[in-house]
Amino acid sequence: MAGLGRLCLVLALVVCVYGIGASLYGVRTSRVEFSESGRRAVYSLAVILTVAFAVLEVAFLRNNFAFNTVADTSSRTTPTFYRAAAVWSSQEGSLLLWAWLLSLWASLALFLTRKRMRDVAAYATAILLGFGGFFVSLMVFYANPFQTTSPAPPEGAGLDPLLRFPTMMIHPPMLYSGYTLCTIPLAFGMGALLARRVDAEWIKSIRRFAFAAWLFLGAGILLGARWSYSELGWGGYWGWDAVENASLMPWLTGTAFLHSLMIQEKRGMLKVWNVSLVLATGTLAIMGTFLVRSGVLNSIHAFGGQTLGVPFVILIGVLIAGSIYLVVSRREMLRSEHRLDSLLSRESIFLANNIVLVGLCFVIFWGTYFPLISEALTGQEASVGPPWFDRYTVPLALVLVLLSGIGPVIAWRRATLANARRNFVVPVLLALLTLAVLLVAGVQQKPFALAMFCCGAFVFGSVGQEFFRGARARRAMAGEATPLALMALVRRNRRRYGGYIVHIGMAVLFIGVAASSSFQHATELGLSPGQSTRVGAYSVRYVRPTATITPKYDAAHTGSTLSLGAVLDVTKHGHHVATLNPSEGYYASQEASQGTVGSLIGGQPVSHVSMNAGVTRDVWTAIEPDIETPALKRIVTIGNRTLPPEDAVVAIGYLARAYLQHPPVAQFHFIDSPLVMWIWLGGLIVFTGGLVAIWPAPSAVRRRVALRSRARAAHGLARA
Amino acid sequence: MSVLVVVIAVALLAVVVYLLSAPLRTARTPQDAEVVQAAEERASVQHELEVAREAKYREIRDAELDYRTGKLSREDYESVDDALRAEAVEILDRLEGAERG
Repeated sequence: MAGLGRLCLVLALVVCVYGIGASLYGVRTSRVEFSESGRRAVYSLAVILTVAFAVLEVAFLRNNFAFNTVADTSSRTTPTFYRAAAVWSSQEGSLLLWAWLLSLWASLALFLTRKRMRDVAAYATAILLGFGGFFVSLMVFYANPFQTTSPAPPEGAGLDPLLRFPTMMIHPPMLYSGYTLCTIPLAFGMGALLARRVDAEWIKSIRRFAFAAWLFLGAGILLGARWSYSELGWGGYWGWDAVENASLMPWLTGTAFLHSLMIQEKRGMLKVWNVSLVLATGTLAIMGTFLVRSGVLNSIHAFGGQTLGVPFVILIGVLIAGSIYLVVSRREMLRSEHRLDSLLSRESIFLANNIVLVGLCFVIFWGTYFPLISEALTGQEASVGPPWFDRYTVPLALVLVLLSGIGPVIAWRRATLANARRNFVVPVLLALLTLAVLLVAGVQQKPFALAMFCCGAFVFGSVGQEFFRGARARRAMAGEATPLALMALVRRNRRRYGGYIVHIGMAVLFIGVAASSSFQHATELGLSPGQSTRVGAYSVRYVRPTATITPKYDAAHTGSTLSLGAVLDVTKHGHHVATLNPSEGYYASQEASQGTVGSLIGGQPVSHVSMNAGVTRDVWTAIEPDIETPALKRIVTIGNRTLPPEDAVVAIGYLARAYLQHPPVAQFHFIDSPLVMWIWLGGLIVFTGGLVAIWPAPSAVRRRVALRSRARAAHGLARA
Repeated sequence: MSVLVVVIAVALLAVVVYLLSAPLRTARTPQDAEVVQAAEERASVQHELEVAREAKYREIRDAELDYRTGKLSREDYESVDDALRAEAVEILDRLEGAERG
């Protein structure tokens, strides 16, 4: 089957080259049939890469270790659930995933625009096939997922234990969907500039894709944060790591674009800004992939090698130079059709929000690429840490949350001060009330967190007021009951109210971030069974050690050979709160030098966190058992000397028993963190709001609304 | 290489060739192409105006919602609404002209 995979890649490359040529020839000579053939090249690419992906997936599921990538990233002991996801844990597999998702999304976008904007779509086709061709070339020339070894090794190295976590099944596809979706607005934006058709039509065509990119990228980022919190054993969800930042940057510029595109749709303004945001978002998405895949910056999430750096740098250079050339050379046709009517208008707030979002992106960009910049300028690699990022991003995030509360209560075009004052009464009162309550409660020592809680309350007030007034207006017009009026209001104004729900979600999320990062209690210490410690308001007692051997009995279902843990009793004011079972998994390695027993547990140990998560607080625990004691080491040494590979697991059984009978002091990490759940809940609310906003209006409603609007315009016509 | 792999490879190749060549097999004459292009350009202008019309209708609805939720005073709403309707009427005129050809 590897031959079929290799054939698919070569065929995919040929199709990409043909499609680019056919699309460009078609659009330059107005030969529609060639443009059409170019579009079908994208569909063909999707079919070919689907077959290629299926071949690789089958190889993983069937433990076909003749495939190098299967042997490197999977094993018989890797649970089936994770074997299916191991495809994208390797460099080669993730490149294939990228190209495959790109071909699917590009096919969808080009299918939906097949009868419109032929010239723009033809250029977009060529650009999308250019991206496809780039990734397929990487696989053909640098990282072929279908390379084989003969004879096949009897066993594989296994999936990186860090990746054996349920959300890792969907985190990379979500993130890559976001990245690949970002290239669709970029391709259409470039196509519109090349075809000199920068009207509203291309914006309308890509709006839904830009929104989908934003949703997928956001969901991917959040799933990554959740993985980090629940799996990495350090208790944090965001570490300003280069790869985390790489996904956040296009999300920020994408958020800015989703706001400013409304101004272009309504007023024909900000065309240069919008097209620049689209191009920047697409380029940042490619840069994100570059960071993960090139290994150019140190990151716990970077799974690539050094070989892909040069091709990526060339692609990014071409994208940046091409984008700048296109925007500058087409600046005349990108002139705004209108000017701002008033500084007190929603347009102005959106503009301010755009500046803050792009400012945030710039700060993160600078901090992320600082090691490269400093190395280029001084020859020494220097990097900035979380405190540097916090110093600049926290104030900007505060302004952003505040603006997300101001925007909904300001009218489009122009708002009067009197109206604005009236609309701010409820949100401001709510923010002040929150401030008073928190001050009385003694929350004073963290001013930024305090400010974030007040800003969050301000957003709840302003958005809540919008829903209330909208429902009241609807009730007055249609005489519906409040719940029905509320539902009808959202259904008829999905984008507006979906956006408001997103604002609520972001406020909830930021409150969670502010609370959990400012009011966290953390302790790291060694405990023996029977000993206790205090973490915040909680008391934690190490009751007894636990141990399981062989993947079959691994409680975390991650395929560990040995798992050592603890039973912890968590109490508060003497009352039982939870029983927690953190553990550490030990995995087999391929290092023969570790001996028959040592190699069974010589892989990278991974912590399995146990927590009591609630709406108000999380009690988070992790354990690092000591298996380097002389007694335990002696069991491994004797086993290595005396036991053949097939009996080596017996020594692991002895080791587990010895650990249970004479447990050494284990290192524990305890965290009592408030409102972490709010981050995940906020993310869910954002996702829900995004779905509401992106969901197409039912055709009947759309027709009715259009008819009503047409009648009203006709009424205007009669008056004119 | 097993028979199955050969069959899949040949089928894949056939699908790709069929997909890519379908538009070329029904190639048009230059005159046909000009007619099609002219029609597409007309349709494109029309579609662009329809997009503008939908956006304007949305703006009219948004202004009404802004007024009903207390964000616009009556005077401001009437002035904005009048301006929007005038713009909508202009788009409708242009659309009518485009539809007449």
